[in-house]
Amino acid sequence: MNVLLLSVIVIVYMFIIGSLAFLAFRQTKNTTDYMIAGRSIHPYIMAISYGATFISTSAIVGFGGAASVFGMGILWLTFLNIFVGIFVAFVFLGKRTRMMGLNLNAHTFPEFLGNRFQSRSLQGMSGLVIFIAMPLYASVVLMGGAHFIAEVLQIDYNAALFFFTIIIAVYVIMGGLKGVMYTDAFQGSLMFIGMTILLIMTYSKLGGVIPAHERLTAMAPVAEQIFGAKGHTGWTSFPKFGSEYWLTLVTTIVLGVGIGVLAQPQLVVRFMTVKSNRELNRAVLVGGVFILMMTGVAFVVGALTNVYFYEHPAFQKISLLAVGKNVDNVIPLYISTAMPQWFTAIFMVTLLSAAMSTLSSQFHTMGTAAGRDVYEKWIGGKGNPVFITKTGILVAILLSLFLAWGLPLFFEGGTEIIARGTAIFFGLCAAAFLPMFVGALYSKKITRTAALAGFWAGFGSSFFWLFFVHIKESQSLLICKALFGVDSLGQNTFWAYVDPLIIGLPLSVLVTLAVNRFGKPLPKDHVAMCFKEIEKS
Amino acid sequence: MFGLGDFWVSAVFLLMILSTVLCVIYGALNWNKGGETSRLELMEEKRWSEEEKKIEDTL
Repeated sequence: MNVLLLSVIVIVYMFIIGSLAFLAFRQTKNTTDYMIAGRSIHPYIMAISYGATFISTSAIVGFGGAASVFGMGILWLTFLNIFVGIFVAFVFLGKRTRMMGLNLNAHTFPEFLGNRFQSRSLQGMSGLVIFIAMPLYASVVLMGGAHFIAEVLQIDYNAALFFFTIIIAVYVIMGGLKGVMYTDAFQGSLMFIGMTILLIMTYSKLGGVIPAHERLTAMAPVAEQIFGAKGHTGWTSFPKFGSEYWLTLVTTIVLGVGIGVLAQPQLVVRFMTVKSNRELNRAVLVGGVFILMMTGVAFVVGALTNVYFYEHPAFQKISLLAVGKNVDNVIPLYISTAMPQWFTAIFMVTLLSAAMSTLSSQFHTMGTAAGRDVYEKWIGGKGNPVFITKTGILVAILLSLFLAWGLPLFFEGGTEIIARGTAIFFGLCAAAFLPMFVGALYSKKITRTAALAGFWAGFGSSFFWLFFVHIKESQSLLICKALFGVDSLGQNTFWAYVDPLIIGLPLSVLVTLAVNRFGKPLPKDHVAMCFKEIEKS
Repeated sequence: MFGLGDFWVSAVFLLMILSTVLCVIYGALNWNKGGETSRLELMEEKRWSEEEKKIEDTL
């Protein structure tokens, strides 16, 4: 790779990002400016900025790599991303969240829940869960970028990770945390262009849409020979029902992220910054197309890399074996070997954009969780929360860096670490927050006790399942082995492959519903205030 | 269908495109709806924006 070309493109990119952030900063001097700036934001900007926050290097590199293993069955996740993550989220949750957030004067997701259920401890505990668990998600986003840099520049992964984290830290410290929608939208636009070119070039390289699919379909016997024992049936067909591959694909990859998106703290706050329902309506159009071009393209290309590597004289292997079982390296290796140099440089900027827009909102969420939700509101800390917030962000960056360094050492070869790490976080958020979040938006009768009980049931059962039953994690964590002498309490049964979400979310829903029959209702005037203006819209 | 191997993958290839079309149609039909803001909403929004600006300054 031409390092000079890459450096020039990255420097120009950083300069544009810096200029956009500075312009936005200069435009908003006081609250009225701030309101006007928000109100006049174009729906394209809003939707693309939401999409750029949603889609990260995890989706492109991590899930793209997972697609090279599981095949195009993973496109069920793209369908859920569009239908649930955009349509359902914007139309059925977004509008109510926006209005209720205003009524409750809520500025973070934990604050929304805490104010809605009049519970400071719920706000604090939610903030704490986010602060502790989100570094896992941030770490896999860092990993996605680092794998790409390592592959393109042919340098050590750890050196690339360090270099990438420094770029992100500088961006975050220089003001990338402030909700600057214009930078997000610029980054989202670059992502859109990069992925469009990738799709066109991949299909044209493999002879067109249908011929490319047919060539992959023809490789089914190869897949069955290698992964057949685990239920694989080929890269263009679904794994055998109930097999290990089926359970991982459906319960972890597709449902974990597909449903978990509805209770993502960094995405929910986006609804509160929207100025009217019209912006949300318009964003559905832009967002749907954007997500199709992000995850749809990453997954299709990820699966098709098998044709490229298998037919390439230098490899003659399927993708997983071409990268020495390092799943997260499939997309980086494909881009650096199959695409021209100019595109590799563009894709580098695409991935930088994907990582920066997601990480800045993650660090924003973790910073406010530490400073506002836990310190100011739960503990009742007096004085300026700036120090706690900044320290919180620094701790979160270091923790994410540590995890991104340590996770590849922790899991066995062939594990889709980035995809699994993302799915664990999304699943945990769904189990802990989704029932009470939906209840908060739609039920006037839901009680504080029910919300708290559902939160603990979802969070507790997910953690238990992760540590003691779901073998992919319980085996590596060793706690189950130390206490019970086995890798998983569900060893040799299909339960060992069932994702924590499948247990945690239904349990959380049931407990919320059951306890709601007994708890004390919230004051009527408070409920009326929460739903003010909502019925009209 | 589409050169793909089985029903489930062919179906989702189609569903993925149809769900995008649904988003496009919904967005286009409701392009100008929901823009009205009541006086009460504006007041709430002013209060919210003041607090939000404070938080952003903290960051």
